[in-house]
Amino acid sequence: MSGLDVLFLAVGLLTAGSALLAVLSRQVLHAALWLVVTLAGLAGCYLVLGAELVGLVQLLVYVGAVVVLILFALMLTRSGGVPVVTGRGQRGGAALVGAGTTILLGGTLVAGSGWRAVEVAGPTNTEVAEGVLGVYVWPFELLSALLLLALVAAVAIARAPVGGQDDASHRPGPAPRALAAQGEDA
Amino acid sequence: MMLTELPLLVEVVLKAAVVLAVFLTMPLALGQLEHKLMGHMQGRLGPMEAGPHGILQLVADGIKFVQKEDVTPTAADRPVFRLAPAVALVPYLVALAAIPFSAAWVAADVPASLLLVLAATSVGVIGTLMAGWGSGNKYSLIGGMRAGAQLVSYELPMVLSAASVAMAAGTLSLTGIVQAWSWWWLLWQAPAAAVFLVASVAELQRTPFDAPIADAEIVFGPLTEYTGLRFAFFLLAEYAGMVVMALLFTVLFLGGWRGPWGDVGAVGALWTVIKATAVGSLFLWFRVAWPRVREDQLQRLAWLVLLPVALLQLAITGVGVVVMS
Repeated sequence: MSGLDVLFLAVGLLTAGSALLAVLSRQVLHAALWLVVTLAGLAGCYLVLGAELVGLVQLLVYVGAVVVLILFALMLTRSGGVPVVTGRGQRGGAALVGAGTTILLGGTLVAGSGWRAVEVAGPTNTEVAEGVLGVYVWPFELLSALLLLALVAAVAIARAPVGGQDDASHRPGPAPRALAAQGEDA
Repeated sequence: MMLTELPLLVEVVLKAAVVLAVFLTMPLALGQLEHKLMGHMQGRLGPMEAGPHGILQLVADGIKFVQKEDVTPTAADRPVFRLAPAVALVPYLVALAAIPFSAAWVAADVPASLLLVLAATSVGVIGTLMAGWGSGNKYSLIGGMRAGAQLVSYELPMVLSAASVAMAAGTLSLTGIVQAWSWWWLLWQAPAAAVFLVASVAELQRTPFDAPIADAEIVFGPLTEYTGLRFAFFLLAEYAGMVVMALLFTVLFLGGWRGPWGDVGAVGALWTVIKATAVGSLFLWFRVAWPRVREDQLQRLAWLVLLPVALLQLAITGVGVVVMS
Protein backbone atom coordinates (compact mmCIF):
# COMPACT_ATOMS: atom_id res chain seq x y z
CA MET A 1 0.00 0.00 0.00
CA SER A 2 1.25 3.44 -0.87
CA GLY A 3 1.02 6.42 1.43
CA LEU A 4 -2.03 7.66 -0.45
CA ASP A 5 -3.81 4.33 0.12
CA VAL A 6 -3.17 4.53 3.85
CA LEU A 7 -4.43 8.12 3.90
CA PHE A 8 -7.55 7.14 1.96
CA LEU A 9 -8.19 4.25 4.34
CA ALA A 10 -7.83 6.55 7.36
CA VAL A 11 -10.12 9.24 5.95
CA GLY A 12 -12.61 6.59 4.81
CA LEU A 13 -12.72 4.97 8.25
CA LEU A 14 -13.17 8.39 9.86
CA THR A 15 -16.03 9.19 7.49
CA ALA A 16 -17.76 5.85 8.00
CA GLY A 17 -17.28 5.92 11.78
CA SER A 18 -18.62 9.44 12.18
CA ALA A 19 -21.52 8.63 9.85
CA LEU A 20 -22.41 5.72 12.12
CA LEU A 21 -22.20 7.97 15.17
CA ALA A 22 -24.38 10.55 13.42
CA VAL A 23 -27.06 7.92 12.99
CA LEU A 24 -26.70 6.41 16.46
CA SER A 25 -26.52 9.67 18.48
CA ARG A 26 -29.49 10.12 20.77
CA GLN A 27 -29.21 13.91 20.74
CA VAL A 28 -30.12 15.52 17.43
CA LEU A 29 -27.52 18.23 17.83
CA HIS A 30 -24.74 15.72 18.44
CA ALA A 31 -25.91 13.88 15.34
CA ALA A 32 -25.65 17.13 13.36
CA LEU A 33 -22.12 17.72 14.68
CA TRP A 34 -21.08 14.17 13.72
CA LEU A 35 -22.56 14.95 10.31
CA VAL A 36 -20.07 17.83 10.11
CA VAL A 37 -17.23 15.35 10.64
CA THR A 38 -18.74 12.96 8.08
CA LEU A 39 -19.11 15.62 5.39
CA ALA A 40 -15.64 17.00 6.07
CA GLY A 41 -14.29 13.44 5.90
CA LEU A 42 -16.00 12.98 2.55
CA ALA A 43 -14.29 16.16 1.36
CA GLY A 44 -11.04 14.58 2.56
CA CYS A 45 -11.81 11.45 0.51
CA TYR A 46 -12.29 13.57 -2.61
CA LEU A 47 -9.03 15.39 -1.91
CA VAL A 48 -7.10 12.14 -1.46
CA LEU A 49 -8.56 10.86 -4.73
CA GLY A 50 -7.26 13.96 -6.48
CA ALA A 51 -10.60 15.70 -7.07
CA GLU A 52 -9.52 18.96 -5.49
CA LEU A 53 -12.36 21.12 -6.79
CA VAL A 54 -15.10 18.71 -5.72
CA GLY A 55 -13.53 18.30 -2.27
CA LEU A 56 -13.29 22.03 -1.63
CA VAL A 57 -16.79 22.73 -2.93
CA GLN A 58 -18.04 19.94 -0.68
CA LEU A 59 -16.41 21.68 2.28
CA LEU A 60 -17.67 25.13 1.29
CA VAL A 61 -21.26 24.12 0.54
CA TYR A 62 -22.00 21.25 2.90
CA VAL A 63 -19.90 22.00 5.97
CA GLY A 64 -19.92 25.78 5.57
CA ALA A 65 -23.57 26.28 4.67
CA VAL A 66 -25.87 23.25 4.75
CA VAL A 67 -24.87 21.97 8.19
CA VAL A 68 -24.83 25.51 9.54
CA LEU A 69 -28.43 25.78 8.38
CA ILE A 70 -29.28 22.47 10.09
CA LEU A 71 -27.63 23.58 13.34
CA PHE A 72 -29.43 26.92 13.13
CA ALA A 73 -32.79 25.21 12.64
CA LEU A 74 -32.10 22.89 15.59
CA MET A 75 -31.29 25.82 17.84
CA LEU A 76 -34.50 27.49 16.74
CA THR A 77 -36.65 24.49 17.67
CA ARG A 78 -34.91 23.79 21.00
CA SER A 79 -35.11 20.09 20.26
CA GLY A 80 -31.34 19.68 19.97
CA GLY A 81 -30.79 18.56 23.54
CA VAL A 82 -33.82 16.32 23.93
CA PRO A 83 -32.97 12.61 23.49
CA VAL A 84 -34.67 11.13 20.47
CA VAL A 85 -36.91 8.16 21.14
CA THR A 86 -37.75 6.06 18.12
CA GLY A 87 -40.01 3.06 17.84
CA ARG A 88 -38.96 -0.41 16.74
CA GLY A 89 -40.79 -0.08 13.43
CA GLN A 90 -39.16 3.27 12.69
CA ARG A 91 -35.69 1.83 13.32
CA GLY A 92 -36.38 -1.22 11.23
CA GLY A 93 -37.67 0.90 8.35
CA ALA A 94 -34.65 3.21 8.53
CA ALA A 95 -32.27 0.23 8.57
CA LEU A 96 -34.09 -1.25 5.56
CA VAL A 97 -33.84 1.99 3.56
CA GLY A 98 -30.17 2.38 4.49
CA ALA A 99 -29.32 -1.20 3.56
CA GLY A 100 -31.27 -0.88 0.31
CA THR A 101 -29.40 2.28 -0.69
CA THR A 102 -26.06 0.68 0.19
CA ILE A 103 -26.81 -2.41 -1.91
CA LEU A 104 -28.03 -0.28 -4.82
CA LEU A 105 -24.96 2.01 -4.82
CA GLY A 106 -22.53 -0.81 -4.16
CA GLY A 107 -24.10 -2.92 -6.87
CA THR A 108 -23.82 -0.08 -9.37
CA LEU A 109 -20.16 0.40 -8.46
CA VAL A 110 -19.35 -3.31 -8.76
CA ALA A 111 -21.30 -3.59 -12.02
CA GLY A 112 -19.50 -0.54 -13.36
CA SER A 113 -15.89 -1.33 -12.51
CA GLY A 114 -15.89 -4.89 -11.19
CA TRP A 115 -13.77 -6.03 -8.23
CA ARG A 116 -10.40 -5.00 -9.69
CA ALA A 117 -8.60 -1.92 -8.47
CA VAL A 118 -9.08 1.09 -10.71
CA GLU A 119 -6.29 3.58 -11.26
CA VAL A 120 -7.43 6.97 -9.95
CA ALA A 121 -6.42 10.11 -11.80
CA GLY A 122 -8.38 13.09 -10.56
CA PRO A 123 -9.07 15.64 -13.27
CA THR A 124 -7.46 19.06 -12.99
CA ASN A 125 -9.63 22.10 -12.37
CA THR A 126 -9.23 23.12 -16.01
CA GLU A 127 -10.54 19.74 -17.19
CA VAL A 128 -13.53 20.02 -14.84
CA ALA A 129 -14.24 23.52 -16.19
CA GLU A 130 -13.97 22.31 -19.79
CA GLY A 131 -16.42 19.50 -19.04
CA VAL A 132 -18.91 21.69 -17.23
CA LEU A 133 -18.79 24.59 -19.69
CA GLY A 134 -18.25 22.44 -22.80
CA VAL A 135 -19.90 19.03 -23.03
CA TYR A 136 -22.40 19.54 -20.22
CA VAL A 137 -23.00 23.24 -20.78
CA TRP A 138 -26.81 23.01 -21.19
CA PRO A 139 -27.67 21.12 -17.99
CA PHE A 140 -25.13 23.26 -16.12
CA GLU A 141 -26.59 26.53 -17.41
CA LEU A 142 -30.12 25.30 -16.70
CA LEU A 143 -29.13 24.58 -13.11
CA SER A 144 -27.42 27.98 -12.82
CA ALA A 145 -30.57 29.69 -14.11
CA LEU A 146 -32.64 27.79 -11.54
CA LEU A 147 -30.34 28.82 -8.70
CA LEU A 148 -30.23 32.42 -9.90
CA LEU A 149 -34.02 32.43 -10.02
CA ALA A 150 -34.16 31.16 -6.44
CA LEU A 151 -31.71 33.88 -5.42
CA VAL A 152 -33.70 36.65 -7.08
CA ALA A 153 -36.89 35.26 -5.55
CA ALA A 154 -35.22 35.33 -2.12
CA VAL A 155 -34.38 39.00 -2.67
CA ALA A 156 -37.98 39.66 -3.75
CA ILE A 157 -39.26 38.08 -0.53
CA ALA A 158 -36.78 40.08 1.52
CA ARG A 159 -37.91 43.29 -0.18
CA ALA A 160 -41.52 42.95 0.92
CA PRO A 161 -42.19 44.85 4.15
CA VAL A 162 -42.81 42.73 7.24
CA GLY A 163 -46.49 41.66 7.36
CA GLY A 164 -47.13 42.23 3.65
CA GLN A 165 -48.08 45.40 1.79
CA ASP A 166 -49.11 48.38 3.87
CA ASP A 167 -52.83 48.70 3.25
CA ALA A 168 -55.05 51.14 5.20
CA SER A 169 -57.70 48.46 5.73
CA HIS A 170 -55.09 46.17 7.32
CA ARG A 171 -54.00 48.68 9.93
CA PRO A 172 -55.05 47.98 13.50
CA GLY A 173 -57.94 50.33 14.24
CA PRO A 174 -60.58 50.58 16.94
CA ALA A 175 -62.17 47.36 15.67
CA PRO A 176 -60.93 44.99 18.41
CA ARG A 177 -62.27 47.24 21.16
CA ALA A 178 -65.66 47.40 19.45
CA LEU A 179 -65.72 43.62 19.21
CA ALA A 180 -64.82 43.29 22.88
CA ALA A 181 -67.66 45.67 23.79
CA GLN A 182 -70.09 43.56 21.80
CA GLY A 183 -68.87 40.48 23.62
CA GLU A 184 -69.61 42.12 26.97
CA ASP A 185 -73.14 43.00 25.86
CA ALA A 186 -73.89 39.42 24.89
CA MET B 1 13.89 29.64 -3.33
CA MET B 2 16.31 27.74 -1.10
CA LEU B 3 13.53 25.68 0.47
CA THR B 4 13.03 23.61 -2.66
CA GLU B 5 16.47 22.03 -2.24
CA LEU B 6 15.60 20.58 1.18
CA PRO B 7 14.09 17.12 1.67
CA LEU B 8 10.30 17.15 1.53
CA LEU B 9 9.71 16.35 5.19
CA VAL B 10 12.08 19.07 6.44
CA GLU B 11 10.50 21.55 4.04
CA VAL B 12 6.99 20.74 5.24
CA VAL B 13 7.94 20.98 8.92
CA LEU B 14 9.79 24.27 8.36
CA LYS B 15 6.90 25.80 6.44
CA ALA B 16 4.40 24.66 9.07
CA ALA B 17 6.55 26.23 11.79
CA VAL B 18 6.76 29.52 9.90
CA VAL B 19 2.99 29.59 9.30
CA LEU B 20 2.35 28.86 12.98
CA ALA B 21 4.73 31.65 13.99
CA VAL B 22 2.97 34.10 11.68
CA PHE B 23 -0.39 32.84 12.96
CA LEU B 24 0.60 33.57 16.54
CA THR B 25 2.30 36.94 16.01
CA MET B 26 0.31 38.81 13.36
CA PRO B 27 -3.02 38.69 15.26
CA LEU B 28 -1.19 40.01 18.33
CA ALA B 29 0.31 42.84 16.30
CA LEU B 30 -3.13 43.69 14.93
CA GLY B 31 -4.61 43.57 18.44
CA GLN B 32 -1.94 45.94 19.70
CA LEU B 33 -2.63 48.23 16.73
CA GLU B 34 -6.31 48.13 17.66
CA HIS B 35 -5.56 49.18 21.25
CA LYS B 36 -3.48 52.13 20.14
CA LEU B 37 -5.48 53.16 17.07
CA MET B 38 -8.79 53.07 18.91
CA GLY B 39 -7.24 54.95 21.80
CA HIS B 40 -5.94 57.76 19.64
CA MET B 41 -9.15 57.95 17.57
CA GLN B 42 -11.07 58.42 20.80
CA GLY B 43 -8.66 61.00 22.24
CA ARG B 44 -7.02 58.51 24.66
CA LEU B 45 -3.53 57.09 24.82
CA GLY B 46 -4.45 53.42 24.97
CA PRO B 47 -2.29 51.05 27.06
CA MET B 48 0.89 52.79 28.32
CA GLU B 49 2.12 50.77 31.30
CA ALA B 50 3.27 47.36 30.02
CA GLY B 51 6.51 48.00 28.13
CA PRO B 52 7.33 51.19 26.17
CA HIS B 53 4.02 52.70 24.96
CA GLY B 54 2.27 49.55 26.17
CA ILE B 55 3.58 47.22 23.46
CA LEU B 56 3.62 44.32 25.90
CA GLN B 57 -0.02 44.83 26.89
CA LEU B 58 -1.25 41.78 24.97
CA VAL B 59 1.52 39.60 26.42
CA ALA B 60 0.34 40.70 29.87
CA ASP B 61 -3.25 39.91 28.83
CA GLY B 62 -2.12 36.48 27.67
CA ILE B 63 -0.46 35.76 31.03
CA LYS B 64 -3.65 36.88 32.75
CA PHE B 65 -5.79 34.53 30.64
CA VAL B 66 -3.51 31.57 31.37
CA GLN B 67 -3.80 32.16 35.12
CA LYS B 68 -7.60 32.23 35.10
CA GLU B 69 -9.65 29.20 36.04
CA ASP B 70 -11.04 27.16 33.15
CA VAL B 71 -14.71 26.85 34.07
CA THR B 72 -17.16 24.50 32.36
CA PRO B 73 -20.74 25.29 33.43
CA THR B 74 -22.88 22.45 34.85
CA ALA B 75 -25.57 23.00 32.22
CA ALA B 76 -23.03 22.88 29.41
CA ASP B 77 -22.84 20.14 26.81
CA ARG B 78 -19.31 19.29 27.99
CA PRO B 79 -17.45 17.93 24.92
CA VAL B 80 -19.12 20.41 22.57
CA PHE B 81 -18.37 23.33 24.90
CA ARG B 82 -14.72 22.38 25.34
CA LEU B 83 -14.03 21.68 21.67
CA ALA B 84 -15.65 24.84 20.29
CA PRO B 85 -12.63 27.21 20.59
CA ALA B 86 -10.43 24.80 18.62
CA VAL B 87 -13.03 24.47 15.86
CA ALA B 88 -13.20 28.26 15.65
CA LEU B 89 -9.43 28.71 15.58
CA VAL B 90 -7.96 25.95 13.38
CA PRO B 91 -9.71 26.86 10.06
CA TYR B 92 -7.93 30.22 10.02
CA LEU B 93 -4.59 28.45 10.47
CA VAL B 94 -5.36 26.30 7.41
CA ALA B 95 -6.46 29.38 5.45
CA LEU B 96 -3.31 31.30 6.36
CA ALA B 97 -1.13 28.50 4.97
CA ALA B 98 -2.62 28.96 1.49
CA ILE B 99 -2.32 32.76 1.30
CA PRO B 100 0.69 33.98 -0.68
CA PHE B 101 2.76 36.82 0.80
CA SER B 102 4.77 36.96 -2.43
CA ALA B 103 5.17 34.74 -5.49
CA ALA B 104 7.60 32.48 -3.62
CA TRP B 105 6.48 33.10 -0.03
CA VAL B 106 3.52 30.78 0.18
CA ALA B 107 3.39 27.74 2.44
CA ALA B 108 0.90 25.64 0.44
CA ASP B 109 0.62 26.70 -3.20
CA VAL B 110 -2.36 24.60 -4.32
CA PRO B 111 -4.12 25.11 -7.69
CA ALA B 112 -7.45 26.20 -6.18
CA SER B 113 -6.11 28.16 -3.22
CA LEU B 114 -8.90 30.79 -3.36
CA LEU B 115 -11.48 28.04 -2.91
CA LEU B 116 -9.40 26.48 -0.13
CA VAL B 117 -9.25 29.75 1.83
CA LEU B 118 -12.99 30.41 1.39
CA ALA B 119 -13.88 26.83 2.32
CA ALA B 120 -11.63 26.85 5.40
CA THR B 121 -12.91 30.19 6.71
CA SER B 122 -16.52 29.06 6.25
CA VAL B 123 -15.93 26.17 8.68
CA GLY B 124 -15.02 28.53 11.55
CA VAL B 125 -18.67 29.44 12.15
CA ILE B 126 -19.34 25.91 13.39
CA GLY B 127 -17.14 26.71 16.38
CA THR B 128 -19.34 29.71 17.21
CA LEU B 129 -22.49 27.61 16.82
CA MET B 130 -21.01 24.89 19.05
CA ALA B 131 -20.17 27.52 21.66
CA GLY B 132 -23.67 28.96 21.43
CA TRP B 133 -25.28 25.57 21.86
CA GLY B 134 -22.83 23.93 24.22
CA SER B 135 -22.81 26.67 26.86
CA GLY B 136 -26.30 25.78 28.07
CA ASN B 137 -27.07 29.48 28.42
CA LYS B 138 -29.94 31.31 26.75
CA TYR B 139 -27.86 34.34 25.84
CA SER B 140 -25.27 32.08 24.26
CA LEU B 141 -28.00 30.30 22.32
CA ILE B 142 -29.47 33.57 21.01
CA GLY B 143 -25.99 34.76 20.07
CA GLY B 144 -25.22 31.48 18.33
CA MET B 145 -28.42 31.72 16.33
CA ARG B 146 -27.65 35.28 15.34
CA ALA B 147 -24.18 34.24 14.27
CA GLY B 148 -25.51 31.35 12.19
CA ALA B 149 -28.08 33.51 10.39
CA GLN B 150 -25.54 36.27 9.79
CA LEU B 151 -22.79 34.04 8.44
CA VAL B 152 -25.04 32.09 6.08
CA SER B 153 -26.39 35.37 4.66
CA TYR B 154 -23.01 37.01 4.16
CA GLU B 155 -21.28 33.91 2.81
CA LEU B 156 -23.09 34.31 -0.50
CA PRO B 157 -22.12 37.89 -1.45
CA MET B 158 -18.60 37.16 -0.25
CA VAL B 159 -18.15 34.10 -2.45
CA LEU B 160 -19.77 35.88 -5.40
CA SER B 161 -17.45 38.88 -5.13
CA ALA B 162 -14.43 36.59 -4.86
CA ALA B 163 -15.73 34.65 -7.87
CA SER B 164 -15.78 37.90 -9.84
CA VAL B 165 -12.03 38.35 -9.31
CA ALA B 166 -11.37 34.70 -10.13
CA MET B 167 -13.33 35.15 -13.34
CA ALA B 168 -11.38 38.27 -14.26
CA ALA B 169 -8.08 36.51 -13.65
CA GLY B 170 -9.22 33.24 -15.21
CA THR B 171 -7.80 31.20 -12.33
CA LEU B 172 -8.68 29.99 -8.84
CA SER B 173 -5.08 30.22 -7.67
CA LEU B 174 -4.30 33.21 -5.45
CA THR B 175 -0.80 33.54 -6.90
CA GLY B 176 -2.31 33.39 -10.39
CA ILE B 177 -4.80 36.13 -9.49
CA VAL B 178 -2.05 38.48 -8.32
CA GLN B 179 -0.02 37.75 -11.45
CA ALA B 180 -3.02 38.58 -13.66
CA TRP B 181 -3.85 41.72 -11.67
CA SER B 182 -3.29 45.18 -13.10
CA TRP B 183 -3.94 48.58 -11.58
CA TRP B 184 -7.20 49.36 -13.45
CA TRP B 185 -8.82 46.37 -11.72
CA LEU B 186 -9.06 48.76 -8.75
CA LEU B 187 -11.83 50.46 -10.73
CA TRP B 188 -13.20 47.45 -12.61
CA GLN B 189 -13.56 45.33 -9.46
CA ALA B 190 -14.42 48.19 -7.09
CA PRO B 191 -18.02 47.06 -6.40
CA ALA B 192 -16.79 43.52 -5.67
CA ALA B 193 -14.13 44.95 -3.36
CA ALA B 194 -16.73 46.96 -1.44
CA VAL B 195 -19.01 43.92 -1.14
CA PHE B 196 -16.13 41.71 -0.02
CA LEU B 197 -14.98 44.23 2.59
CA VAL B 198 -18.44 44.59 4.12
CA ALA B 199 -19.10 40.85 3.98
CA SER B 200 -15.77 40.04 5.60
CA VAL B 201 -16.48 42.42 8.51
CA ALA B 202 -19.82 40.66 8.90
CA GLU B 203 -18.18 37.22 8.72
CA LEU B 204 -15.77 38.27 11.45
CA GLN B 205 -18.71 39.51 13.54
CA ARG B 206 -16.99 42.82 14.17
CA THR B 207 -18.71 46.14 14.80
CA PRO B 208 -20.97 47.31 13.13
CA PHE B 209 -22.02 43.69 12.52
CA ASP B 210 -21.44 42.34 16.02
CA ALA B 211 -25.07 41.61 16.85
CA PRO B 212 -24.12 37.99 17.78
CA ILE B 213 -22.01 39.22 20.71
CA ALA B 214 -23.97 42.42 21.39
CA ASP B 215 -22.82 43.09 24.95
CA ALA B 216 -25.69 45.48 25.71
CA GLU B 217 -28.34 42.89 24.85
CA ILE B 218 -27.08 39.34 25.30
CA VAL B 219 -24.06 39.68 27.63
CA PHE B 220 -21.39 38.36 25.23
CA GLY B 221 -23.38 36.01 23.02
CA PRO B 222 -21.77 32.62 22.42
CA LEU B 223 -18.70 33.58 24.47
CA THR B 224 -20.62 34.45 27.65
CA GLU B 225 -19.65 31.31 29.58
CA TYR B 226 -16.04 31.10 28.44
CA THR B 227 -13.14 31.94 30.71
CA GLY B 228 -9.37 31.83 30.70
CA LEU B 229 -7.52 30.19 27.87
CA ARG B 230 -10.59 29.02 25.96
CA PHE B 231 -11.90 32.60 25.85
CA ALA B 232 -8.44 33.74 24.73
CA PHE B 233 -8.58 31.20 21.88
CA PHE B 234 -11.85 32.71 20.69
CA LEU B 235 -10.27 36.17 20.79
CA LEU B 236 -7.26 34.84 18.90
CA ALA B 237 -9.63 33.32 16.33
CA GLU B 238 -11.26 36.71 15.82
CA TYR B 239 -7.96 38.51 15.26
CA ALA B 240 -6.53 35.67 13.16
CA GLY B 241 -9.69 35.93 11.08
CA MET B 242 -9.07 39.65 10.63
CA VAL B 243 -5.50 38.94 9.52
CA VAL B 244 -6.66 36.27 7.05
CA MET B 245 -9.43 38.48 5.65
CA ALA B 246 -7.14 41.51 5.33
CA LEU B 247 -4.53 39.40 3.53
CA LEU B 248 -7.17 37.85 1.28
CA PHE B 249 -8.57 41.30 0.42
CA THR B 250 -5.04 42.48 -0.38
CA VAL B 251 -4.37 39.50 -2.63
CA LEU B 252 -7.73 39.64 -4.42
CA PHE B 253 -8.30 43.35 -4.88
CA LEU B 254 -5.09 45.28 -4.16
CA GLY B 255 -2.63 43.28 -6.21
CA GLY B 256 -0.91 41.48 -3.32
CA TRP B 257 2.84 41.87 -3.58
CA ARG B 258 2.73 44.08 -6.70
CA GLY B 259 4.33 47.46 -6.11
CA PRO B 260 7.39 49.63 -6.83
CA TRP B 261 10.74 47.74 -6.94
CA GLY B 262 8.93 44.52 -7.84
CA ASP B 263 9.00 41.16 -6.12
CA VAL B 264 12.68 41.02 -5.16
CA GLY B 265 13.63 39.26 -1.93
CA ALA B 266 11.42 40.40 0.91
CA VAL B 267 10.11 43.52 -0.87
CA GLY B 268 7.06 41.71 -2.28
CA ALA B 269 6.08 40.28 1.10
CA LEU B 270 6.60 43.74 2.62
CA TRP B 271 4.11 45.24 0.13
CA THR B 272 1.59 42.55 1.03
CA VAL B 273 1.97 43.23 4.74
CA ILE B 274 1.75 47.02 4.28
CA LYS B 275 -1.43 46.76 2.20
CA ALA B 276 -2.94 44.20 4.57
CA THR B 277 -2.15 46.47 7.54
CA ALA B 278 -4.04 49.27 5.81
CA VAL B 279 -7.04 46.96 5.28
CA GLY B 280 -6.80 45.76 8.89
CA SER B 281 -6.77 49.38 10.09
CA LEU B 282 -9.95 49.89 8.07
CA PHE B 283 -11.57 47.05 10.08
CA LEU B 284 -10.51 48.83 13.29
CA TRP B 285 -11.74 52.18 12.01
CA PHE B 286 -15.18 50.70 11.26
CA ARG B 287 -15.39 49.62 14.88
CA VAL B 288 -14.72 53.12 16.15
CA ALA B 289 -16.83 54.92 13.55
CA TRP B 290 -20.13 53.03 13.44
CA PRO B 291 -22.68 51.83 15.96
CA ARG B 292 -24.04 48.28 15.86
CA VAL B 293 -26.74 47.59 13.26
CA ARG B 294 -29.89 45.77 14.24
CA GLU B 295 -30.41 42.12 13.25
CA ASP B 296 -33.08 42.85 10.60
CA GLN B 297 -31.07 45.76 9.16
CA LEU B 298 -28.13 43.41 8.89
CA GLN B 299 -30.13 40.85 6.93
CA ARG B 300 -31.60 43.52 4.66
CA LEU B 301 -28.14 44.85 3.87
CA ALA B 302 -26.95 41.39 2.85
CA TRP B 303 -29.91 40.46 0.67
CA LEU B 304 -31.01 43.81 -0.76
CA VAL B 305 -27.72 45.63 -1.24
CA LEU B 306 -24.71 43.32 -1.24
CA LEU B 307 -26.22 40.43 -3.19
CA PRO B 308 -27.58 42.53 -6.12
CA VAL B 309 -24.32 44.48 -6.29
CA ALA B 310 -22.33 41.24 -6.34
CA LEU B 311 -24.51 39.80 -9.11
CA LEU B 312 -24.19 43.03 -11.09
CA GLN B 313 -20.42 42.92 -10.64
CA LEU B 314 -20.38 39.34 -11.96
CA ALA B 315 -22.21 40.53 -15.08
CA ILE B 316 -19.80 43.47 -15.52
CA THR B 317 -16.81 41.16 -15.08
CA GLY B 318 -18.27 38.69 -17.57
CA VAL B 319 -18.73 41.41 -20.19
CA GLY B 320 -15.22 42.71 -19.52
CA VAL B 321 -13.63 39.27 -19.87
CA VAL B 322 -15.48 38.57 -23.13
CA VAL B 323 -14.65 41.99 -24.63
CA MET B 324 -10.96 41.71 -23.76
CA SER B 325 -10.52 38.17 -25.04
